[in-house]
Amino acid sequence: MLIDYQSMSLWELLAFNSPGWGGALLSGLVLSLEIAVLGYVFGLLIGLLGAIGKLSQNLLLTDLLYCYTTAVRAIPELVLILLIYFALPNFINDVLYSFGFNGVEINGFFAGVLVIAFVQGAYATEVIRSSIAAIPKGQIEAAHAFAIPKYKILYRIVIPSMIPHALPGLSNLWLIATKDTALLAVVGLTELTLAAKQAAGASKQQLTFLLAAGMLYLLVSLLSEVLFKYLIKRTEKGQRHGS
Amino acid sequence: MGHEVVKNNRHLFGLRWLLPHRVVLIALLGVLIISLVVKLDWSWIAEYRESILSAVWKTVLLLVSTFVVGFILAIPIGLVQVTGPRFLAVIAHAFCSMIRGTPLLLQIWIFYYGFGSIFPGIEGIRESFIWPFLTSAWPYAFFALTLSVMAYEGEVLRGAFSGVPKGELEAAKAMGMKPFKILTRIWLPRAIQRTLPVIGGEVIIQLKATPLVATITIIDTYAIFSNIRLETYIVYEPLLLMTLIYLILAGAITLMFTYFEKKYKNH
Repeated sequence: MLIDYQSMSLWELLAFNSPGWGGALLSGLVLSLEIAVLGYVFGLLIGLLGAIGKLSQNLLLTDLLYCYTTAVRAIPELVLILLIYFALPNFINDVLYSFGFNGVEINGFFAGVLVIAFVQGAYATEVIRSSIAAIPKGQIEAAHAFAIPKYKILYRIVIPSMIPHALPGLSNLWLIATKDTALLAVVGLTELTLAAKQAAGASKQQLTFLLAAGMLYLLVSLLSEVLFKYLIKRTEKGQRHGS
Repeated sequence: MGHEVVKNNRHLFGLRWLLPHRVVLIALLGVLIISLVVKLDWSWIAEYRESILSAVWKTVLLLVSTFVVGFILAIPIGLVQVTGPRFLAVIAHAFCSMIRGTPLLLQIWIFYYGFGSIFPGIEGIRESFIWPFLTSAWPYAFFALTLSVMAYEGEVLRGAFSGVPKGELEAAKAMGMKPFKILTRIWLPRAIQRTLPVIGGEVIIQLKATPLVATITIIDTYAIFSNIRLETYIVYEPLLLMTLIYLILAGAITLMFTYFEKKYKNH
């Protein structure tokens, strides 16, 4: 996309229908949010499975999960991005070649979602594990005594009663997911941060577009905070009603 | 989710944690490490050893300096939110949400590319003594990382300050201690002691944030290994060694804070 930024005034650049905003920043924001939402949802799934695994009696599983959560929390996200973006596709292709198959191309969007989900999964495992541990044991034992099947105990009792405990932690994780998408700028995915930097460089109005991107991130985080506060309040109300 | 005693948790050679499956896992890991060392190409290390060491040193220096300075500056930010006048508390809270609500990478770019592009246009700044600082990258990196520590630790300290039992502070007041002395002798040490595990985690988060400065031309651990990867066309080895270095640094921080926690628990 070639835009003649030089001939535009500062006010034209700041207008919402300018190519900088509509063409670059807003589409960058959309891409950021898409990756964040998908990564967050897959992260929650990994977290739920991880938490169940960590609380299980299978010691091999608990040890492996311990290694996963500890490693992800110790390795910088930027290093994980390099590993998943460059080393993983290379590794998959090396394996495929050695078995005589053709290589595959791993899409940047997919790799981005994979990174966010991988990081979110590790943190979500810990959040969900501690919230499951906070459920009164009697409730689950009672369900066992009634011979309710295990999967039914999970989605009828464990998940609903864990949500109020987990929500504050999960709201933090969502904010981390939105901010972590910015790191994908380093590997050339045109999400909000890289879109802002490109528009900033092209227009020679460095500060304008970078600050505009900051405002958009701030807007997203403030709106999500309001949303999660509402959700937390609602679940608290439901809990009081139930007990 | 039964609640029986874990049966496998028998003592093996008197070591409680050395369970059979762990022995197998450790053996597998050993085989993996040996095969990595033997099979992969590590010949580049000799050539790059000096620059790797200086880059790791730069990462450690950046981590320690920004965390110490940021933590000291975070004390007033946490404090005014607990006791301070209302308008200062509002300002401190707004600062914290602003820094915490935007990605650090964007902040670094705002300072380096954004403000960095404005300074040359200001009259007289090219002749002044701060010009050499403004043209190099590290002041921007230091500034951005310190601001981020201030915001995150300000929040941590706000909780820590309000978590110290009021009775301890009132006792000190009754003994006739001056407010500043109460802060430095009782309030702050107690707050830090109570939140040491959280602070240990925050130092590791800060370690994980340092590679971002590689995007503004600072040659830290992350940057040196990216360079090695591009110069030698070797895919896996530099990435593996870099991951190992960050794991070792994080492990050292964890050990240090466990030691501190043990040491200050008895007091």
